[in-house]
Amino acid sequence: MTSMTTSQPPTPFVSARGISKSFGGVPALVNVSIDLIPGEVHCLAGENGCGKSTLIKIISGAERPDSGEIVIDGVSHAQINAHAAIQGGIQVIYQDFSLFPNLTVAENIVLTAEVASGRRLYSPGSVLPKAKAILQELELDLDLDREVGDLSVADKQLTAICRALVNDARAIIMDEPTTALTHTEVSRLFALVERLRARGVALLFVSHKLEEVLAVSQRLTIMRSGRQVVSGPTSEFDQRSISRHMTGREVDESRVVSDLDLTAPLALEVSKLSLAGAYRDVSFGLHRGEILGVTGLLGSGRTEIAESLFGVTPADEGEIRVGGKLVPIRTIQDAVTARIGYVPEDRLSQGLFLEKSIADNIVAASLESHRTRWGTLSRAGIATTIKQYFVGLKINAPNAQAPVRTLSGGNAQRVVLAKWLATAPTVLMLNGPTVGVDIGSKEEILELLRVEAAKGMSVIVISDDAPELVAACHRVLVIKQGRLTHTLEGDQITVDTIQERMSA
Amino acid sequence: MAALRRLRGSNNEGVLALVLLGLIVAMSIANPTFFTLNTGFSILRSAIVPVIFALGVLIVVITGGIDVSFAAIAIFAGYATVSFCLNAGFDPGLPGIFAIAIGVGASLGFVNGIVIAQFSLPTLIVTLGTQGVFFGAMYTYVGASYYAELPGSMAALATSNLLDVTTSSGRAYLHLLVVPVLLLCLLVAWVLKRTMFGRSLYAMGGDLEAARRAGFQVKRTQVSVYMLVGALAAIAGVIHIVLSRSANPRDLVGGELDIIAAVVLGGASIFGGRGSVVGTVLGVLLVQVIKNSLLLVGVPSAWLRTAVGVLLVLGVGIQAIAARRDSRRMRVIEDLDSAQQHEQKVGS
Repeated sequence: MTSMTTSQPPTPFVSARGISKSFGGVPALVNVSIDLIPGEVHCLAGENGCGKSTLIKIISGAERPDSGEIVIDGVSHAQINAHAAIQGGIQVIYQDFSLFPNLTVAENIVLTAEVASGRRLYSPGSVLPKAKAILQELELDLDLDREVGDLSVADKQLTAICRALVNDARAIIMDEPTTALTHTEVSRLFALVERLRARGVALLFVSHKLEEVLAVSQRLTIMRSGRQVVSGPTSEFDQRSISRHMTGREVDESRVVSDLDLTAPLALEVSKLSLAGAYRDVSFGLHRGEILGVTGLLGSGRTEIAESLFGVTPADEGEIRVGGKLVPIRTIQDAVTARIGYVPEDRLSQGLFLEKSIADNIVAASLESHRTRWGTLSRAGIATTIKQYFVGLKINAPNAQAPVRTLSGGNAQRVVLAKWLATAPTVLMLNGPTVGVDIGSKEEILELLRVEAAKGMSVIVISDDAPELVAACHRVLVIKQGRLTHTLEGDQITVDTIQERMSA
Repeated sequence: MAALRRLRGSNNEGVLALVLLGLIVAMSIANPTFFTLNTGFSILRSAIVPVIFALGVLIVVITGGIDVSFAAIAIFAGYATVSFCLNAGFDPGLPGIFAIAIGVGASLGFVNGIVIAQFSLPTLIVTLGTQGVFFGAMYTYVGASYYAELPGSMAALATSNLLDVTTSSGRAYLHLLVVPVLLLCLLVAWVLKRTMFGRSLYAMGGDLEAARRAGFQVKRTQVSVYMLVGALAAIAGVIHIVLSRSANPRDLVGGELDIIAAVVLGGASIFGGRGSVVGTVLGVLLVQVIKNSLLLVGVPSAWLRTAVGVLLVLGVGIQAIAARRDSRRMRVIEDLDSAQQHEQKVGS
């Protein structure tokens, strides 16, 4: 190996060597080593709970390793603290960006650098030019005077990247940077990543989206259950081998849809539904047992349509028929009575009681059905329901009493699903059912939906994740600027056509 | 449009100023005795102590916390200082008196800060608890008796006026103490806008975890904030004793609602991250004018607390509704933006 290399291997800017860490006796990382090389994108891939976040925290100084060393610029440290990491030029862009929503873009970009430089006074006049300079350098267009809380997710991310660079970041770690971005925004981000690379920044990109991993990185490390499974140049991998390394088994992402009985009456019929400022004139039907995809860019109206069907923001005009009967849906209660269920986009804040147990969450929406004639609750009935879904949905937790907060994304999503399945809905709408869920759980969640659909439930999946729509949906509706522009069926449903129709 | 927005102010200070102005005009029309120099000066005088309190509350509220122990700290610090001077039989002069009181107030604030920062406890509960502790400690260890006589330097300050104007309805006095209060306002405004400490308060109020990650010394800042509130409260406490020309340990506590209502009305967000000195001062003046004018039009004083309570709920309610409306408007704007981008793409 030594004699084979023709050129000197590039010196890494940051290396983590032989890092191990355990929490309360449970190993989170076992002897993991990773190099961040200037001008290179290193992808760290793995399922939820594989130890990616712990590794990032150790490199950025938020956690201390039990053993191992961190080498920055050739200097070895047994451990570093957050301040030293920032001083050393390591910046983390967290999934939530860690921005200040109440401050302006300019302040957000500059403030941390001012803190790091140990200033005591703050001059608004000198802040603006600094922020402007970085925007120009990255050829970005952001309104510096706007408050960050008013920005779109993509612009918030750009702000966070600018902030990292103002701090003279030489290594930028991005934790799941694409989760909340649409297709076009992701390509814009990748273009920016190229520019950062040209500046000689070392990037660590944490992701579990395989396409992205392949598109953006030069080097790849895959982790599974706290261990480094494999590391190497990205060119040596393909989607199949990555997902095999991530899950430890073959994962099938291919299209599996059942045959539909098209003569059966429609479970849901929507005609000429409109809501001012959100969507117009939307009509479609949903068969019994059908999985219908609804896609579109962020802000296209796809979420608003679902929210209207669930009575969150009722439609201004139009008719909704459930099982052939006209149902006016003005409130969430109306929708629940009509047996429509909705799993919202932001499941952590809207779909779950985080501090409550898995068991409580599972029965939260279906308590009414366990009412005895004395007006009390049937404990036996509740226990059966909990057991049925806890086991049936393979929720991975020591027991059903564990608080939902402790669960990983995939498991939390299963609890939300269980909650709505327990209400036995005729129509179940899921908004971004696998956002933030790793590939193994994603496949299992889609399979769950297929099974429920086969039993006669009608499912609407709202998503901009084209592979997921292809894998599970009988038909896909494309929403653009509040209008239903395309209905894709059968062979038309491919990743390419969906993405093309969405953004064209 | 931009000029109009600037006039409105980032925390609706402009709107508040208009409301205040409108109220003054309306009151003056309804009752001509309202629009006199006497009333104006007496409202300013009555606002001296609340403004200092409100500055302290503003600082805590910006960080996303709340302090309800400030009144207890104020009377503790002020009363203990007077009691010490009278019992020891010596008058350290005004600087000495303020220094002792500020030391006591900052120490009590330090207790709040340490408990809140070290154990990450909810600020309302902690300060509600310490309010009782401080008050009880004062009764037990300092005393509960009423002092009708003050140390000489304080008594002298009580009768010092900045302006002394003879009007048709008698003499109108503007108390000298409005000057230090004004300076204090300018100082706090400068700290909030032009120091990293001030900016870190807004940052912490915006997102505490993000502030920690950005390298702000969150715990140290929290402790400083509560010490600062304690110090401000102590100043207010001494001034209150000076203005009332007696030291009554039963004073001040119970009036916290007025101050918090004024700060919230002044545009400071109870959720943290927003607020300005200008807004706060306007908020205090508004509350004082309303209380004064209600008395003038003959509303029984028992209803004053009701009025202030209603104001507090209104203030918070308006904030919440405005925030909700903004988020909805944003969605429509984003829709428009994407529609425009789309059209440009189609056009090209």
